[in-house]
Amino acid sequence: MPVLTYLEAIRQGLWEEMERDERVFLLGEDIGVYGGAFKVTEGFLERFGEERVIDTPISEAAIVGAAIGAALVGLRPVAEMQFIDFISIAFDQLTNFAAKCRYRWGAAVPIVVRGPCGGGVHGGPFHSQNVEAYFFHTPGLKIVEPATPYDAKGLIKAAIRDDDPVLYFEHKYLYRRIRGEVPEDDYIVPIGKADVKRPGRDVTILTYGWMLHKSLEAAEIVAAEGIEVEVVDLRTLLPLDDETILSSVAKTGRAVIVHEDTRTGGIAGEIAMRINERIFEYLEAPVVRVTAPDTPIPFSPPLEEFFLPQVEEIVQAVRWVANY
Amino acid sequence: MEETLTPEQLLDMYYYMKLTRLVEERLQRLYRQGKIVGGLYRSLGQEGESVASAYALEAGDFLAVMIRNLGALFVRGVRPWEIFTQYMGKGTSPTRGKDNIVHFGSVERGIIPPISHLGDLIPVMAGIALASKMQRKRSVALTYIGDGGTSTGAFHEGLNFAAVLKLPLIVIAEDNGYAYSTPKHKQMAIENIADRAIGYGIFGETVDGNDVIAVYQATRRAIRRAREGLGPTLLEVKTFRMRGHAEHDDAWYVPRELLEYWQKRDPILRLETYLKEHGLADETTFEEITRRIEQEIEADLRYAEESPMPDPQIALEGVYAEPPSLHEISSISREPEVKARS
Repeated sequence: MPVLTYLEAIRQGLWEEMERDERVFLLGEDIGVYGGAFKVTEGFLERFGEERVIDTPISEAAIVGAAIGAALVGLRPVAEMQFIDFISIAFDQLTNFAAKCRYRWGAAVPIVVRGPCGGGVHGGPFHSQNVEAYFFHTPGLKIVEPATPYDAKGLIKAAIRDDDPVLYFEHKYLYRRIRGEVPEDDYIVPIGKADVKRPGRDVTILTYGWMLHKSLEAAEIVAAEGIEVEVVDLRTLLPLDDETILSSVAKTGRAVIVHEDTRTGGIAGEIAMRINERIFEYLEAPVVRVTAPDTPIPFSPPLEEFFLPQVEEIVQAVRWVANY
Repeated sequence: MEETLTPEQLLDMYYYMKLTRLVEERLQRLYRQGKIVGGLYRSLGQEGESVASAYALEAGDFLAVMIRNLGALFVRGVRPWEIFTQYMGKGTSPTRGKDNIVHFGSVERGIIPPISHLGDLIPVMAGIALASKMQRKRSVALTYIGDGGTSTGAFHEGLNFAAVLKLPLIVIAEDNGYAYSTPKHKQMAIENIADRAIGYGIFGETVDGNDVIAVYQATRRAIRRAREGLGPTLLEVKTFRMRGHAEHDDAWYVPRELLEYWQKRDPILRLETYLKEHGLADETTFEEITRRIEQEIEADLRYAEESPMPDPQIALEGVYAEPPSLHEISSISREPEVKARS
């Protein structure tokens, strides 16, 4: 099976969907002639033409708004945010227009808004954010964030085929650092399904994105101490896969939630509450979280490293719940 | 070559304008009787531009209205019962009680509903125009924006985007004097909204919004250019909001002289005068049309009043597609290992 980078897997998924379905088209800043700021769409203009690979003005609200309009009348737009930080400019279009169309008047808005998220590359406060919590609170949207090349391809294809608006967050730190086997054939990773990336019986780590890889490292470290960690990759953040989450935590009785996003109002809080409401009797220890602190994401390497959750913090959290 | 309207078309427009006014007058009574839920937004004095601009569209075109464009909806086939049930929050309303006022529509009917956030429709309608262009269709997209709404970022982003991509989009900018209580000169430092078209490199035109023939012809010109691939038009209509922002607002801040000035230029009165002067209609014609409308309204209102309120459970429906997603080609769901408490 071919081995691809995370970025190549996204590109392959997009490419295949454009080959498969002529209703699929791309729009965004610098995505055509230049091939995208991170080169995700390199070669697309030459293959699919400027009608299906549209270089737009710097107008995130117009990009997402136009995607919504085109989707309403039957097309399948994939809008790129050059950095996911800039999705804030399209906040209205997503939370008030796209998310509420079906509920209000029964209209499907099958759009995908994708873009690079996350830190680790010294991008500073405006090129490093994780924006899921802003949208996690919006019924009508779906949110996915793959951590592996296999999931990256399968989820972009699922997102494009989905009949609801999907936000697809790709972690820029993983773009060229993570490689993995990716089938050449057509497959999808269903939206709404988490995946157990490492089985274990003692402690569950619930995580996603870059933090999956840090969590797997932490699991390896504590395994040497005899703590068997089950690592669940959420993959879809909205809607959460309660079944997989609750099954794992009920089995281990101990949960650590890890996310790169800041702490207050982050997804960890919601997951902990669901565990509390539904499987409290199964818990052997309090649910804990490892997250970034409640600050903007700083620029300078020592500051950024301090801000981002580290393997050692995850290891300590796992030990704490294991020994509770 | 100017497009002329036949006497039948003029009377047709008269019907829609009068229908709009009489439905709103009935809504106003219902509002005072406490029979409608929430606010009432009237388009008194602006019925002409809404009707005439929508009347210029053809089958297959797309329309998106704002709150004062009830007349445009009627032209596109909406009936009074839909408006009454929307205002009453009834289970039979087009949104089944989920949204109110003119916030309804369907792609099949070519009607895209607004959200309350001003300006946001312009990028969306640009997207519909983009799809039309990509699919080699003749369809154009038309929407409205008030003088206040043109101050938003979405207005700028949408128009600039449509201009750069030369999309078949028509934006009717309604200068009706006030955005809630704020006069136009506090929204912009220019006299004519259409002047902004120059900055976008698109067609701009200002017409008398209470002259339905002028609005119709200007909209037809814009539509023709759009279909020919010449891109968007910003068409400004000068009109006046003759009531407050909504019925709770008595518009004390609007000088009486302004209201008197525009009262004399009422679009319905003007069309009546035109029709009479050209021997196309007389008072009897107008009375007959009015009587017909009153009957339609009575029947539709009875239906709305007799309609049940929605089943509360509907509040939970329709957030996502059902079944959840087409892409689930294989089911991998399994029983949880534990029985979760609900």
